[in-house]
Order: sequence, then structure tokens, then C-alpha cells
Amino acid sequence: MVKLENVYKSFGEKPVLEGINLTVNRGETFLLIGRSGAGKTVLLKNILGLLRPNSGRVFIDNVDITQLDDMELEKIRLQFGLVFQSGALFDFLTIAENVGFFLSQHTKMKKPEIRQKVTETLALVGLEGIEDKYPYELSGGMRKRVAIARAVIYNPKIIIYDEPTTGIDPIAIDKIVSLIEDLHKRLQITSIIVTHDLEVGLKLADRLAFLLGGKIIFEGNKDDLNRTQDSRVIQFMKGSSAGPIREMEV
Amino acid sequence: MAQYTGSLLMFIGDIFRWLFIKKRNFKSVMREIAFIGVDSMLLASVIAFFIGIIIAFQTAYQLKQLSSEIYIASLVGLSLVRELGPVITALIVAARSGASITAGIGSMKISEQVDALEAFAVNPIDYLVVPKFLALLLCMPLLVLYADFLGILGGYLVGALKFGIPMHFYFRLTFDSIKIKDLMTGLIKGVCFGGVIAFISCYEGFRPFSSTDVSKSVTNSVVRSFLLIVIFDCILTAVFYFL
Repeated sequence: MVKLENVYKSFGEKPVLEGINLTVNRGETFLLIGRSGAGKTVLLKNILGLLRPNSGRVFIDNVDITQLDDMELEKIRLQFGLVFQSGALFDFLTIAENVGFFLSQHTKMKKPEIRQKVTETLALVGLEGIEDKYPYELSGGMRKRVAIARAVIYNPKIIIYDEPTTGIDPIAIDKIVSLIEDLHKRLQITSIIVTHDLEVGLKLADRLAFLLGGKIIFEGNKDDLNRTQDSRVIQFMKGSSAGPIREMEV
Repeated sequence: MAQYTGSLLMFIGDIFRWLFIKKRNFKSVMREIAFIGVDSMLLASVIAFFIGIIIAFQTAYQLKQLSSEIYIASLVGLSLVRELGPVITALIVAARSGASITAGIGSMKISEQVDALEAFAVNPIDYLVVPKFLALLLCMPLLVLYADFLGILGGYLVGALKFGIPMHFYFRLTFDSIKIKDLMTGLIKGVCFGGVIAFISCYEGFRPFSSTDVSKSVTNSVVRSFLLIVIFDCILTAVFYFL
């Protein structure tokens, strides 16, 4: 379970997160939405301990990670899989080395065993025969799928998808969505998804939260979303430029 | 300036902390040695060889007034081993490998690859910096020796072709004038300069926040490495003079 209590984070004078309270339950797919620059990625980095909040607490399975040192944080991070917005594949490693990176760093598995596991995981995301290629040889959609394979190969408890469908074509988006759904069903992983693509997000999510101006202004399930009277949420869901959300609030 | 220095010193502290915390994978160090050491050899060869020729001519020009051109062997050898070999090698490595290290880490940082390392519970300093630091410490003295040898060879070319000094005589004069202390001075300088290049180039690599910052960081890396190499050379030269 992931729980944030009154988390504040600023960069210099600029506040990004202002008192975030959020709970993601075990096994659920949680959607985090908000405008560009709303602080979604910063929120994710606080959950992972890649950034430390200025104040407030972040609990992962009841452990307050804001109190941990770097070495203890590394152990916590072993529970996470992260799919970055850009894919963030290591460009100096082959696809096989990228996907097997976690196993080669944190397990005593031998190279042939890792290679076998890599091939199986790549097959799981619908990719075959690309083990010896480099990331720059793949399309955007393929790189995203490789990034997903790299994140799930070690069966993490929680997987975070940061804009998993940004910058790829509609067919590739459909493949990624099916893949995330399929992985969730098969592996029962807790998933946190950050996306601008509401259609994709709502298709995948059990619950969702809306981040605006550094605060969570809505949290609930899809029924709650349909019932909400909050004009800011309604404006965002409609994708309308007219309404209470102004540029300066972003 | 004070903030930069403080932050750099903390970074250096982190490198030493990770150097001793974890068992090292020497494959990654070997990969860096190949890039930093082996790939720098050609450039170092050419520059050191020509520097040897230049010093030989300059020395001969001065010694001609005393009709003592024969001593170019000793002067070329000593200048290279104590001073020019380590400095020229360090400047070459800082410009070639240091700039590349900064650009490599910088582009990894802005493309979230450094964050990805942390997300996979791999410390970026341990994974990216320590192997480069070790490789530079190991490569620099070897490259210095190699540059010394080629510089001396360049000097010999002038000695042999211009002044007709026989090979065995030239090299005997060279090696007679170079003491173990001189050789050690050059090698210790090489190790220190290797450390300087590693600290500055890696530190600058972690500073960019955008692609335009990467080019600034590369420039800073080369300029600051050059500056520190010359300052450290001055300090070490003074120290070894009194030792």
C-alpha cells in the first residue's frame, strides 16, 4: 500500500506539491491525472524516494520512507517497477541487457538464465528477436514495451507508469493499454498510472485522483467522477479551455 | 564559488564512500579503461611525439650558444618525464575523455536514465562514476609513461637527424639524467590529474537540467579540468622540488 500524508515539495521558491494526501490500495490500478506541469512526475518521484518532500510523510507498506537513508531507500525501491515517460532505456546497453538489468544487478542469476528470462518477458510484451538490438534501433512504441518488460521482469509489488502512451501512434497505444490490462490481470500488481490520455486512463483505472495547483482536488472511483459537481474536474474531463482552471493555476 | 566547491567536495566524498562500500565489477572498469586509455593512445602518441621534437629544437636553439647541443637528450627527457608528459597527457584526456564523460552522464541525466538507475536501486555514483574514477587513476600513469617514451623518441629524431647523435648515446644520456624520483614525480602527477579529471567531468555531468545545459557543462568540465590541472601541477612541482 502507498500512502502520502500532507506532502509538501517545492523547488526553490516555487511550490509544486502543497499538502498531498493520497492512498493507493494493494492490487488496485490507480490513475493520477492533471495538467502538464501540475507536479504529477514530482509526486511519483516522492513515492519512489527519488525526491524527498520538504515536509509530510510517504508510507510504503507502512514504512515511512522519508525517514530512511539512501541505502534503506534502495531496498524499498526493489519493490517498485517504473516505466518512465521517455522509456529511459539505457542507450549504451542492448535490449537484452536493459531488460535484464535489474536481475544482473540484484540477483545471482547466471547470464544464460537472465537471457532466458529476458526472452520470456519480451514475449510477454509482444516483442521477439530484438534482444541484441540497441534502443535507438526501435520505434517509440517498441521502446515503451521494452521499458514495461524491464519494469516487470522481477515481479515488483508496485508498478508506476509515467505517461505510458505519450508520443506513440494509436495502434501502439492500443497495444500498450492491452498489455497493461493483461499484466495487471496476470500478475496482480498494484499499478499507478500518470497520463494525460483520459480515455486510456479511465479504461485502466479502478480509482483516480486529480492534481491541480499542487493539491489533490478529486479522489474517487469512476462513479464518483461521473457524479462530481466540481467545475474544475468537469472542465478538465471535457477538455474545455473555458472554465475555472486558468493558465496561472498550472 | 563556495557552494560549487562544497558541493564538489561532497560529491568526491560520495565517490570514496561508494568505492569502499561495494564489491566492484571489474568488467565495467575494463570497459572504461578501453575507452579512456586505449582510445586516447593515438592522440597522445601524435601530440607527445611532436612535443618531443619541439622541445628538442627549442633546447638545441639555446644550447647552440654554448655549443652543447648534445645535452638536448637530458633536457628533453627530464622536461618530458617530470613536467610535460603528465601535463600534456592530462590535457589530452581532459579534452577528449573528460568532455565525453560529462556529455555522456549529462545526456543520461536529461533523458531520465540516471533516475532509472536510482529507480532500479542502483546508485548512479557507484555504477557510473566509480568505474570511470578507477579507470582514470589506472590509465593516467600508463599514458604518461607512453607519452614520455614517444616524446623522447621525437627528441631523438631531432638529435639523430639534425645533430647526428648516435642512438645508443642519445638514450644513454637520456636515461642517465632521469632518476627514479623524476619518474615517480611524473607518475604521481598523472594519478592526481586522473583524479581531477574524474571528479570534474563526472560532477559536471550530473549538473545539467536540459539539453542546452549539457553543452555548458561540457565546456565547464574542460575549462575547469584544465585550470585545476595547471594549479595542481604548480603545487606538485613545488612540493617535489623541495622533497
